[in-house]
Amino acid sequence: MAQKLRTRGHKVVLNRSKGGDLGITIMLTLLGLFMFIPMYYVVIQAFKPLDELFMFPPRFYVVNPTIDNFVDLFTLMGDSWVPFSRYIFNTVFITICGTLGNLIFASMAAYSLAKLRFPGRKLIFQVIVMSLMFHSTVNQVTHFIILSSFGWIDTYLSIIIPSLASTMGLYLMKQFMESSVPNTVLESARLDGASEFRTYLTIAMPMVKPAWLTLMVECFKNLWNEGASVYIHSEELKTFNYAIGQILSGGIARSGAGAASTVLMMMVPILVFVFNQSQIVETMGSSGMKD
Amino acid sequence: MSQTNKTQGPVKRSEVSKLRWTWEEMKNNKTAYFMVAPFLLLFIIFTVLPVFLSIILSLTDFNMLQFPNFVGIDNYMRLFMDDEIFILACQNTLIFASVTGPVSYILALLVAWFINELPPKIRAVVTLVFYAPSISGSAYLVWKTLFASDSYGWANAVLMKYGFINSPILWFSDAQYVMGLCIVVALWTSLGTAFLSFIAGLQTIDRSMYEAAAVDGIKNRWQELWYITLPTMRPQLMFGAVLAITNSFGFGGVVTALCGFPSVDYAAHTIMHHLSDYGGSRYEIGYSSAIAVILFVIMFASNIVIKKALSKVGE
Repeated sequence: MAQKLRTRGHKVVLNRSKGGDLGITIMLTLLGLFMFIPMYYVVIQAFKPLDELFMFPPRFYVVNPTIDNFVDLFTLMGDSWVPFSRYIFNTVFITICGTLGNLIFASMAAYSLAKLRFPGRKLIFQVIVMSLMFHSTVNQVTHFIILSSFGWIDTYLSIIIPSLASTMGLYLMKQFMESSVPNTVLESARLDGASEFRTYLTIAMPMVKPAWLTLMVECFKNLWNEGASVYIHSEELKTFNYAIGQILSGGIARSGAGAASTVLMMMVPILVFVFNQSQIVETMGSSGMKD
Repeated sequence: MSQTNKTQGPVKRSEVSKLRWTWEEMKNNKTAYFMVAPFLLLFIIFTVLPVFLSIILSLTDFNMLQFPNFVGIDNYMRLFMDDEIFILACQNTLIFASVTGPVSYILALLVAWFINELPPKIRAVVTLVFYAPSISGSAYLVWKTLFASDSYGWANAVLMKYGFINSPILWFSDAQYVMGLCIVVALWTSLGTAFLSFIAGLQTIDRSMYEAAAVDGIKNRWQELWYITLPTMRPQLMFGAVLAITNSFGFGGVVTALCGFPSVDYAAHTIMHHLSDYGGSRYEIGYSSAIAVILFVIMFASNIVIKKALSKVGE
C-alpha cells in the first residue's frame, strides 16, 4: 500500500495529480473572484468621494478615501420624519424577540421530536421537512389573510409571531440533538428523578450549544434583513432595512450615503457569522436528510 | 397514527387494542406533547393552514370584499386558457429554476469539495468569501451599479472603452439581457445553508475510507468523489437539493429589486411575480390562490424527481 501513497506535510495524500491540483486552484480562484469582486466593490463604493463615484471609467480602487458618506448617512438619518433611532429600535426589538422566541419554541420541540418517543412524532417531523420544500413567499397571500384575521396587520406581532415557528432552526437542532446527545445520559438523569422538562433544560440544551448559535444566527439573519413593508404600514413601526431602502431610492445625490448604508447593513450578519463560523459548521455536520 | 403503531408495537394487535395502546402511549408522553405544542401550533397556523386555505380559496372568486362564491376549476381554466402572461411566467420560472437550481447546487458542492483539503484557517476565510453574498441582505444591488445603464456602469465602461459598443446597453431594461443577468445575480447569492452543509459533510468523512479505496483500485479524485465521497454524504446532498429547489423558485424578490415590476416585456416575469401581482395588487385572492397551488405542485414534483435521482448517486 505504501508505495501508492504520496505525502504532503504529515498527511497521507491519495490519488492527487499535480495537474488536477492546478486545475482546481484555477477554478477556485476564478469562482472566488466572481464572488469577491462585487462584495469588494460594495465596500469600496462607500469610501469614494462623490466625484469618484461618478467617474468614467469606474475605478476598482479609491484615490482619496473618505468617510463623508457615513457622515452624510447620519445627517440624513437625523432629517428623517420618524427619528432614525426608532427604525433601529424596531429592527433590534423584532430581531431579539423573534430570535429568542424561536430558540425557546424550536429547541423544546426539537428535543421532544429527537429524544422522546410518542405517537405522531414521525408524522410531525415529516410535515416540518415538507415545509422546507417550498419557499414561504408562496404563502404570502393566505398568510396575509390569516394575520389580518387576527388583527395583527401593522403591529410587531405580524413579524415576530410567525418567525417563532420558522422551521430551519428546528430542523437543524433536531438533527444535531439526535447525533450528539447520547440517550444514556438522558436516561441516567431521568433515573435520578429529573422531570422531562428539567432533563431538556439542564442536560440536553447545554450539550447542543453549537446548534443554538446556528439557530440564532439563522433567525437573526432573516429578521435583520426583514423589510417589513407588506405587513406594516405605520412609518414608526418600520424597520432599519426599510429606511435604508428609502435612502437608497433617493437618487444620485444620495449615492454615497446609500453605499455607506449598504455596508453598515451587511457588516452585521457577516460579523455574526464570522464569530460563530466553527459552531455553525459543526451543526451542519448533522444536517443531512435520511432516506 | 396507525403507522406509528406498526413500527412501535412489538406484536400485532387487534384494531381496538391498537387504539387503546396509542391512547395509553399518548397519556404517558404528555410532556412530549406539551413541549412540541407551542411550536406546532404556530407552525400549523402560519405554514400548514395557509397551504390548505390556498387550495380551498383557489376554487372560489374571493376578492377580500365579498363573500366568496364556489367557482370550481374556473380559476385554473382561466390560467391555462386565457392568461398568456401566466404561460410566459411558467416558461420563465422553469428556465430560471432549471438553471439556478442545478448550477447553484453543483457550484456549492464543487466549491465545498475544492476547499475541503485546505488548511482549516484558510478554509474558514474561503468559506466566508463564498458564503458572504448570501447573508448580505441587499448587497446584491451592487450588480445594478456594475451593470448600470449609463457609462458609469462598469460593464458598459469596459465594453465602450474597448470599442465593442458605441452607446451604453440598458442591461436591466433590455429584454435580451434581463433573464441572464438575473440568473447570474441569483447564483451569486445562492451559496447559502446548503453550501455550509456540504462543507461540514465533507469534513465528517473518515479519511481511512479513502486510503482503503486507494488500495482497492480507485485511480483518481473523480472516481473517489463518485464512489466514496458522494455516497457517504448522501444525506447532505438530499438536504442541499431540497434547499436548492426551494430557493430556485424563490428568487422573485431579487428579480423585482433588479429590474422593477413588471420587468421589461415580462422578460423576467416569474410565477411568483404573477402571484404577488394578483394577490397583492389586484386582490383577486381566488385567482392568485390557484397560482400558488400550481407553484406548490411544481415544487413538490421537482422534489420527488430529485429524490429519485439522488438515490442513484454512486451506483
